[in-house]
Amino acid sequence: MDVSALEVVEAHLQRILSVDGVDGEGDVWTAVAPEDLDQRDVHAYLHVTAAAARAHAEDVDRRRAAGEALGPFAGVPLALKDVLTMRGVPTTCGSRILEGWVPPYDATVTARLREADVVVLGKTNMDEFAMGSSTENSAYGPTRNPWDLGRVPGGSSGGSAAAVAGLLAPLAIGTDTGGSIRQPAALTGIVGAKPTYGTVSRYGLVAFASSLDQAGPFARTVEDAAQLQALVHGHDPLDSTSVTDAPPDLLATLRDGVDGLRIGVVTELHGEGYEPGVRRVFDQALERFERLGAKIVEVSLPHAGYGLPAYYLIAPSEASSNLARFDGVRYGLRVDAPTAEEMNAATRAAGFGPEVKRRIMIGTHALSSGYYDAYYLQASKVRTLIAQDFASAFEQADVLVSPTSPTVAFGLGDKTADPLAMYLNDVATVPASLAGIPALSLPAGTAEAPDAPSASLPVGLQIMAPLLRDDLMYRVGWAFEQDLGFTPIPAGDTAVEVV
Amino acid sequence: MTATDLGEISATTAAEHGVPLLEGATGEWELVVGLEVHVELDTATKMWCGCSTRFGGDPNTNVCPVCTGQPGALPVVNEQAVLDATLLGLALNGEIAPVCRFHRKNYFYPDLAKNYQISQYDVPLVHDGWLDVEVPGDDPAADPVVRRVRIERLHMEEDTGKSLHVGDTGRLHGADRSLIDYNRCGIPLLEIVSRPDIHDPDTAQAYLRELQAIVRASGVSDARMEEGSIRCDANVSVRRPGDPLGTRTEIKNLNSVRSLGRAIAYEAQRQIAVLEDDGGIVMETRHWDEGRGVTETLRRKETVTDYRYFPDPDLVEITSSAEKVERVRARLPELPAATRARLRDAGVPADLAATVVATGLLPWFDEAVDAGAQPSAAANWLTGDVAGQLSSEGLELSESGLTGRHVAELIGLIEDGTLSTKLAKQVLTGVIASRGAKGPAQIADEQGLKQVSDEGELRAIVERVVADNAGTVETIRGGNQKAVGALVGQVMKETRGQADPRKTNELLREIIGF
Repeated sequence: MDVSALEVVEAHLQRILSVDGVDGEGDVWTAVAPEDLDQRDVHAYLHVTAAAARAHAEDVDRRRAAGEALGPFAGVPLALKDVLTMRGVPTTCGSRILEGWVPPYDATVTARLREADVVVLGKTNMDEFAMGSSTENSAYGPTRNPWDLGRVPGGSSGGSAAAVAGLLAPLAIGTDTGGSIRQPAALTGIVGAKPTYGTVSRYGLVAFASSLDQAGPFARTVEDAAQLQALVHGHDPLDSTSVTDAPPDLLATLRDGVDGLRIGVVTELHGEGYEPGVRRVFDQALERFERLGAKIVEVSLPHAGYGLPAYYLIAPSEASSNLARFDGVRYGLRVDAPTAEEMNAATRAAGFGPEVKRRIMIGTHALSSGYYDAYYLQASKVRTLIAQDFASAFEQADVLVSPTSPTVAFGLGDKTADPLAMYLNDVATVPASLAGIPALSLPAGTAEAPDAPSASLPVGLQIMAPLLRDDLMYRVGWAFEQDLGFTPIPAGDTAVEVV
Repeated sequence: MTATDLGEISATTAAEHGVPLLEGATGEWELVVGLEVHVELDTATKMWCGCSTRFGGDPNTNVCPVCTGQPGALPVVNEQAVLDATLLGLALNGEIAPVCRFHRKNYFYPDLAKNYQISQYDVPLVHDGWLDVEVPGDDPAADPVVRRVRIERLHMEEDTGKSLHVGDTGRLHGADRSLIDYNRCGIPLLEIVSRPDIHDPDTAQAYLRELQAIVRASGVSDARMEEGSIRCDANVSVRRPGDPLGTRTEIKNLNSVRSLGRAIAYEAQRQIAVLEDDGGIVMETRHWDEGRGVTETLRRKETVTDYRYFPDPDLVEITSSAEKVERVRARLPELPAATRARLRDAGVPADLAATVVATGLLPWFDEAVDAGAQPSAAANWLTGDVAGQLSSEGLELSESGLTGRHVAELIGLIEDGTLSTKLAKQVLTGVIASRGAKGPAQIADEQGLKQVSDEGELRAIVERVVADNAGTVETIRGGNQKAVGALVGQVMKETRGQADPRKTNELLREIIGF
């Protein structure tokens, strides 16, 4: 059964045309205006690089036929979050302020994908500057969850997650700052991982919070995710926070199972605040691990409760500085006004959405003199304590587990009026982000939503491993996935109309 | 917030430094000055990226995603810049921090694309150094007065781009548009902050000159003020002796040593006049107008700017192990003060020693002395005739072809009587004209510029002159010895200026018998 790379790419492009709400004209297809989006559109993509993808696929087919050398992922399509630069393709970060900016350079991740002959299909939707947990903060309209188009796909990498879950790409790259890969992976029933901080280059990743941002893989299986991470990780001299140690071999021990491993259940990360359906699926997951020969131990992260507030000070502080360059002068949007200062103000007022403005204000305040010690510095200390908590926990357990998200996918608009309720969705993912450790979310089953008892929505299991032990995280995930024997794909003919 | 706000400021007093106070209408005032000097490092590449640091290229030709602040681009520290900064820190007797980091200084920077400057804040690379400043005394040839100025810190940061405001005024206000050249953006910059230990313009000028000389001797920068590779801001205040520090103003745009001295002197008098008129000094940034010789308000600092410093999360800490510091220390060259002392010990007068060091003549001096020249003679020739002739031709010593060996050879020809001083100057002109292709002996030979000191040859000429000028000889014998000059002149004329004047005089005395 020989399928050409071009046929694979073309099939994906056709599906994107039929369900994603893009204007399929020209070399780069662009998502239709938010007001013209159909409620049946997934809206995973902002830009589809149709012509370049076809050309790349044709080139792969030609080289394959000629017996020339090919990259390890030759012809495999992939969706790239619109926060990573790709030379010559617009990058918006889901923001009006970057509208029209075409980066002159490739992110290191993008360059490594190209070298592997991965065919990039396009750039995916996201919460503006990766700030959000539902992908409703995109200036270009929300992405819908392929399991239920009335629900969110999670965020901020909701576009990438929905692309994989909705069969619009087999693989995707997202970025995770406080859970932005893991939470949407959980809400769309796919696998997503945040690698150890520093193992995947941030060069070309438009910064939200530099000390936390980390790109990582989305896939339908643990093995695919591990393969994709292995493709993009490794030292990059262009990123000084890039880890110089050789990254672990993610595939060598993938099939070694969990027999004899100690799996730590984090006291603070399940129970109160978690939906009953989520708790039930999580408890079943623990029973499964025990059946597979793992030992379940209870561990505590005493400072985990301070994780969320610390995160919501550190990340906005860094963001307030990182976003200062968007002043209307050099890239993207400019709103003209009589003086330079008024132009800056008008551009930022028009270009940034409410959540971004809120975080710039919080961050500016937290860093200002007189408040620095009370907020930023205090949050940094909490961060250190949480890292120490994890270090102690990993003396008692090989990996730690928790539900990825306290809820299943919630309805579009349900939490947009209440930022704090939205922030609470990150409660289980933020601690690992603050500590820099690797963490994976994979499907653990389905559960009903409190507002829809008959619904069947994915629930994610989070597996956290010690620094640079991403291999262990994938090994535990693989064993679980194999035993569960369930690769959740949303029922295509109900959730998504397949042409 | 400036660096000095981080800790207690301790200033020395004018009395400790033996500097006179300033006379006001109502009594005496003490001047207190601290200097902030910025030095652009001469690294081949920029602070955070691989772009060239070459000066004077077409606008925006030495730029990349990193130095133009493209979204997603990241800085990586230039290790050479850290080593150079460490070397300069050691040359300034500073302590090197074993671990230091970079902070972001958040502010609106029109010519820095990121809108924050990466700088060092709470832990600079270098702290607590000092510089002994030599201020010439009343007798320029005597040893100078030495004053110690403490250096609070030396930290690393990045330079900004340059804005060009297009319009009638050339300034931002009223400009039609502004153009930005990012070529300079990201060039490694050091900021060297002194303690307020300076109490007169002379010491300030000497400090800046000395710093410039140390920077050059260390080889970390060419320190050219006219190209902006070294720039100076002065924090100036006055107080009654014994009072706490007064409110300071910061004077920017001081682009020469002369401007620095004039601006401080002007600002001190201005502040004294304001205070004596019961006014208050406003903390502000002032601009020095070289043409009008005044300082004027550039911007008020009514509220302290909040730069919202925080550790730059894109960069990791810099560690300087003791071994690394010692490796750098081993590279330290002889510093200007030591060089001047060495020259003085070798018999070179203090002012000439200072000039040799300050004007970059040292390599030629050392070569001349190695080739056998007397140090004082070598210093004399280099700072005098060599410098003079080159400057009148608009030539740099390095492009003249002249070597220290040539200088030594020239001095040797004078000492052995081959050349008079006057002939030696002509020979020097010839050597320079040949761009060093021909040495002094060869030039003297080719142009027949040789002192006639051969006893027999000269005696014959003198006898002929005496015979031809019987009248003058009579006058001399009659007691008018001044008339000898006329005969010496005749001898010189006969020998086309090449007679040894001393020998000529001796022979005339002997032959005429007076």
